[in-house]
Amino acid sequence: MAKSDFKKFIIYSLFLGILILPMVGFPGRTFEAVRAFTIWGGIVGILALWLLNKTVRRSGVYQRTATTFSPLKNTVLEKFYKLPTKYAILALLIAVAIYPLLANNYMIDVGITCLIYIVLGLGLNIVVGLAGLLDLGYIAFYAVGAYSYSLLNLHFGISFWLSLPIGIIIGAIFGCIIGYPTLRMRGDYLAIVTMGFGEIIRLVLNNWDKLTKGPNGLLGMSKPTVIYPAFTESGLEWVVYSLRSLHALYYLMFIIAVLTVIGVRRLDNSRIGRAWVAIREDEVAAELSGVPTTWLKLLAYAMGAAFASVVGAFFAAKLSYTNPNFFIFMESCIVLCIVVLGGVGSIPGVILAGIVLIAVPEVFREFQDYRMLAFGLAMAAMMVLRPEGLIPATRRKRELHETDESSPED
Amino acid sequence: MKQMNLLPRIEKMTVKEPILVLKDVHTYYGNIHALKGISCDIPAGDIVCLIGANGAGKSTTLLTIFGVQRATQGEIRFKGHPIHRLRPEQVAAKGISQTPEGRQIFPRMTTLENLEMGAYLRNDKAEVAKDMEWVFGLFPVLKDRTRQLGGTLSGGEQQMLAIGRALMSRPELLLLDEPSLGLAPKLVEKIFETILEINKMGVTIFLVEQNAHMALSISNRGFVMETGRIVLTDRAARLLENEKVKKAYLGE
Repeated sequence: MAKSDFKKFIIYSLFLGILILPMVGFPGRTFEAVRAFTIWGGIVGILALWLLNKTVRRSGVYQRTATTFSPLKNTVLEKFYKLPTKYAILALLIAVAIYPLLANNYMIDVGITCLIYIVLGLGLNIVVGLAGLLDLGYIAFYAVGAYSYSLLNLHFGISFWLSLPIGIIIGAIFGCIIGYPTLRMRGDYLAIVTMGFGEIIRLVLNNWDKLTKGPNGLLGMSKPTVIYPAFTESGLEWVVYSLRSLHALYYLMFIIAVLTVIGVRRLDNSRIGRAWVAIREDEVAAELSGVPTTWLKLLAYAMGAAFASVVGAFFAAKLSYTNPNFFIFMESCIVLCIVVLGGVGSIPGVILAGIVLIAVPEVFREFQDYRMLAFGLAMAAMMVLRPEGLIPATRRKRELHETDESSPED
Repeated sequence: MKQMNLLPRIEKMTVKEPILVLKDVHTYYGNIHALKGISCDIPAGDIVCLIGANGAGKSTTLLTIFGVQRATQGEIRFKGHPIHRLRPEQVAAKGISQTPEGRQIFPRMTTLENLEMGAYLRNDKAEVAKDMEWVFGLFPVLKDRTRQLGGTLSGGEQQMLAIGRALMSRPELLLLDEPSLGLAPKLVEKIFETILEINKMGVTIFLVEQNAHMALSISNRGFVMETGRIVLTDRAARLLENEKVKKAYLGE
């Protein structure tokens, strides 16, 4: 056992003890030692396993087993990696599509939430991952979408489908409104200002009683409907089917998510995507290369906001209810965490992180109190162990391969 | 330096049409008056250099020409057309190109992608490919590094990449901001030789340099800048002989 590792283990354990014992030990006014020490002990146990694993690996046992099994492992892995990505995508699509048939209502609901956050993550990924603009108020656009649909539907009776494009436009306009004054800002300043804008929107929704009914929220929006032709007693007729069931809503959200992935992917590979990356890398150099930076940064905000607006409208329609407290700052943080955890700029990463950060806490619902603690620990651990994210952006890798094939060897 | 073929070329007798004209240009950074009325002509086909101390406003002059910094007063004309109200991308489209100070390439893009960014405003793929070959001809090192990330290139290679990227827009006027910054003397010579070569292809070059001796030795004309003003304008060869310049910038 390496000495430095053991030292690290002791330090980490004690540090976590100082951090966790008071937090976990005081659910009420008295210190519950058993409970606190069980949880701490569990975490220390995990750390000990990590230490053990490291020690064993160092002793070379793994290598010996690896040499025995490596030919088999290599062939299996090779075969696996050789499978075209389209099979993986197809498998994922089928899995997501049949999920509601196997799940109960609660699980479907969690699935919908996952899909919502995945789309939000992908939208924010445009702003943060591609254009490199740190946005801490992203959830405001989600709110704009939700309230646009709610107000349009309640006051003018506009249907979900018709209000979608209107919502997208309103969202994009809000994106530009927030984006414009921040164009000259960078990094931390930008983050603070966007956070402020996010809160302003929430506070306006909370206090503009006449329009938004304040903290009571808006109630009674109609669900999305589908119209299809069918033969009835009176011949061929258009039947209006309201998407009330969770299954139907799940599939609607599924379609929105798939369209988002396709859209974001196309953006990523486009000229605009390339220009965004250039701005992220070096704004002055991008400007000198003839990239219209002002316009493209606004476009990034507008596009990101448009995606959030779509899911916002869906969210309001699904619940038939919305209120300003859905759109607190914490939500922006979670979406940002999804982007960072998944790997900034990586679409599969964002999808995986969306599932991890939304579904896994649901599994541990009983530990409600420590969810945020675990969340924070997981984020901190990620940033130390794998700062590039769960699935780092493959954009560069893929392009490297493309140049590999296209450049003739001389 | 004498062993190299970098001697100042004799200025032609005919008066050349200036490709770029600056007339009484003022620029502010907030409250700081950075350019206090710059006027100069840059003849087409020449190499012109702007020398001066740190903070004299050399880089600001270039950024103002490109429209990154707004000229609050005065006029900038490129081939007779006023460009001081244009945005950077519009200036780039007119045929001006610039390398930023301090070799600002895109560090997490490959060499190839960096060069492609230089041709961002162009749509003629075949011609772009030709120009890429031309850049690789000028800087053969880059050809071996096409798939390497810009940030992992050496200092000299990054400077070559920055110049190469600026050339990818096929400019008529190339603005170079301190191409010798932080490079070994040998590399500096190499870069300046290439600048001469680029100039021979018909690209007018406006060079900003702290390395005054090197810059003047390849230029036709030179401007000396002090605290936001041009204090001296002359043929480069004459500036090299000027006592004041010698003392202040050539360290003789």
